[in-house]
Amino acid sequence: MSFVRHRLFWPAAILVALLASNIFFSSGFFSITVHDGHLYGSIIDILRRSAPLILVGIGMTLVIATGGIDLSVGSVMAISGALACLLIGDLDNQNSVTGVLLACAAGIALSLVLGIWNGALVASIGIQPIIATLILMVAGRGIAQLITDGQILNVTSAPYKVIGAGYTIALPVSVLIAAGMVAIAVVLTRRTALGLLIEAVGGSPTASRLAGIQARRLTIMVYVFSAICAGIAGLIYSSNVSSADSNAAGNLIELDAILAVVIGGTRLTGGRFSLAGTVLGAVLIETLNVTTVSIGIPVETTLLFKAIVVIVLCLVQSAAFRAKVLRRPSRVGASA
Amino acid sequence: MGSRPPVLEMTGIRKVFPGVTALDDVDFRLLPGEVHALMGENGAGKSTLIKVLTGVYGTDGGEIRLGGAAVLFGSPLQAQQAGISTVYQEVNLCTNLSVAENIFIGREPRTLGRIRWAEMRRRAVELLARLDLTLDVSAPLSTYSLAIQQMVAIARAIDIDAKVLILDEPTSSLDASEVAQLFAVMRRLKDAGVAILFVSHFLDQVYEVADRMTVLRNGRLIGEYRTADLPQMQLVARMIGKDLEALEELESQPRSSARELERGPLIAKAVGLGRTGGIAPFDMEIHAGEVVGLAGLLGSGRTEMARLFFGADRADTGHLEIDGKPLVLRSPRTAMAHGIGFSSENRRTEGVVAELSVRENIILALQAARGWTRPIARRRQDELVDKYVKALNIRPADPDMPVRNLSGGNQQKVLLARWLITEPRLLIIDEPTRGIDVGAKAEIQRIVAELADGGTAVLFVSAELDEVLRLSHKIEVLRDRRLVEELDNTDDVDADRVMRTIAGGVAQ
Ligand SMILES: Nc1ncnc2c1ncn2[C@@H]1O[C@H](COP(=O)(O)OP(=O)(O)OP(=O)(O)O)[C@@H](O)[C@H]1O
Ligand SMILES: [Mg+2]
Repeated sequence: MSFVRHRLFWPAAILVALLASNIFFSSGFFSITVHDGHLYGSIIDILRRSAPLILVGIGMTLVIATGGIDLSVGSVMAISGALACLLIGDLDNQNSVTGVLLACAAGIALSLVLGIWNGALVASIGIQPIIATLILMVAGRGIAQLITDGQILNVTSAPYKVIGAGYTIALPVSVLIAAGMVAIAVVLTRRTALGLLIEAVGGSPTASRLAGIQARRLTIMVYVFSAICAGIAGLIYSSNVSSADSNAAGNLIELDAILAVVIGGTRLTGGRFSLAGTVLGAVLIETLNVTTVSIGIPVETTLLFKAIVVIVLCLVQSAAFRAKVLRRPSRVGASA
Repeated sequence: MGSRPPVLEMTGIRKVFPGVTALDDVDFRLLPGEVHALMGENGAGKSTLIKVLTGVYGTDGGEIRLGGAAVLFGSPLQAQQAGISTVYQEVNLCTNLSVAENIFIGREPRTLGRIRWAEMRRRAVELLARLDLTLDVSAPLSTYSLAIQQMVAIARAIDIDAKVLILDEPTSSLDASEVAQLFAVMRRLKDAGVAILFVSHFLDQVYEVADRMTVLRNGRLIGEYRTADLPQMQLVARMIGKDLEALEELESQPRSSARELERGPLIAKAVGLGRTGGIAPFDMEIHAGEVVGLAGLLGSGRTEMARLFFGADRADTGHLEIDGKPLVLRSPRTAMAHGIGFSSENRRTEGVVAELSVRENIILALQAARGWTRPIARRRQDELVDKYVKALNIRPADPDMPVRNLSGGNQQKVLLARWLITEPRLLIIDEPTRGIDVGAKAEIQRIVAELADGGTAVLFVSAELDEVLRLSHKIEVLRDRRLVEELDNTDDVDADRVMRTIAGGVAQ
């Protein structure tokens, strides 16, 4: 049973179990219907809702693989959404496709700058990642508020709405964007030597330095990538609700993203990473959110339910725990 | 001797890792008051046997009896409490804690829960004195070299009141004098009735100190012998499982290169190069095709000197000239761009990346030099990796095995392979044969000699003076972090001569 040993076996098993449990509560759960050439159904819905978390998660994966962490992703989401909405709101014609594209590009470009900031704090100045990104996590919401002037900015732009809520080739645009970014990340890390070098730096910084790896450049790159991913997620989020809300956008998403990374089998200490694992983790978390609703868990206990599932998942993923439970009680010490 | 009941008896021990049977039906007996050597090639299963015994790993079969009673330890701590004190091959101390804390961690002298710091430090000093070491015991362990760290681990182990003392390659980075100290302590313990299990790839040491030995090969028991009954050549034959041809290979090691070497062009030149607290300013030249050996006692500054040639540490005085041009080495990367390679003595923290595979570890430096945008094609990787997996006999010969799962000696070979494939013009190797078995050692020495013949300059650091003498054209002798003499390795230079220089007894 070698597939049981695969490191994604347990998260996948839990995901399947969660999905299956839904069927008892809503019989149409797995049905996917076609309306106007678009796919609809709970599964599609879960994917659509997972898109921002997948995006933030893959950026987080690379950061964590180098031994870092990025707490600022939620703030970056808010900032990028705020800037895009501000620019769109200023357009003469909010339905101008070029205008919307430029606004999105501006949001992403600003995210990139924020990524350089994080990367520079960590790699050039040498501040611990958790502290370095905490700065932007806290200050970032303020920046977003500055952009929106403390208001919730509403836009009425059809092209902008497409990003978060639209469909193309039968699938939600946001899912396609997330898939596209996952593909880019995979190609960037696995078709080049980037993945190997990142894993080496995360696995042993000293050994990597002596092998001639320039960790500084790599570190800046991963924070930039993470910020860009968060920026795009911010656009999706704000497009979906057609507004920029500096406080709600990406609120606490850093925690879900870290969870998704860990569920996906990437260790917080850095080193080996799995993008596929993170995607699985993100989908699992969204499925969990949907499941709590669909099986009618009372709202007060939703978080408790989530916590229990996460604990169970962590335990079954731990080889040491499984060994303890499965192995017959061993004789210990001089007991004969 | 045979009449006393063994204090430790392992029978039919089996240990299987995914894809590798590390131990297959192995029996092992340890008598009180003996030094017992566990012998075998890299990857034979020596460390695994020790880890199974001390509860690091569970067993997949077999029985362990300690003092006649069946035991199965769930953790190393339980083994320690039952009277088995162990120094593992990969010394795992907390380098951020002080020397004294490392020695007494988990068994600090206490009154009402409070640690008696002064007493702890005093006892640490006394203990180290037994090994002829004087250290600042309140300094963090990280300020000391790997060899000193190894001694501290040994000090910790011998202080634990134990029936069984296990030392897995304790001497791999020690000099002759430390080894002598260690052996003296081992003999005292043995006379006091302690049973000592000792692992080493230095056959001379084994014959000096061991009463009996057990030979393993590929995870199987080959036999148990009294040292006196098994000549060295037969031992080697049993370890490697081949007879004559392999032995001949050992005999035909490259003999000294005292001959007047046709010197190649100057590659690297140190001009007043030095680093405060590391090595006093020195001048040195390394030419193409030349093997320069560094000799000196532990802590004499050999490693510190070698590191300056690679920019692993930054020099604070003097400068380096490469091909006649001054060069500031800001980082190893700069050195690599000029064709310099450096394999560190500390393979665990500065060498291999444990969770990456053998393949990834081997190509790491070459890939870093090419940059991330130019990945090495898979076919090329396979070629390079296969070549050195074969040449250095890296086992298991599975390029996708995480390096963490390899035996210590095999990890060392991986690290060496990493630098060999970069084809440096100047290769700096610090203790390249540390923990390497006899066969592979000869192979590595042959490779070094071949590299030099092919025009590579080699800076060679080893605690093993014989090895330095055999390979080097030129020997730089260090004492107290200072370069004291440069010896041309002519016929009249021998170990004695070098030792006298090291000790400061040669009036020039
Ligand atoms: N954790 C592990 N997982 C998988 N294989 C392992 C693991 N530990 C050891 N092995 C394998 O078991 C075999 C025996 O290894 P071991 O470390 O006992 O060798 P050794 O005799 O101590 O060698 P050396 O002289 O190099 O230290 C090797 O083939 C090694 O690759
Ligand atoms: Mg070993």
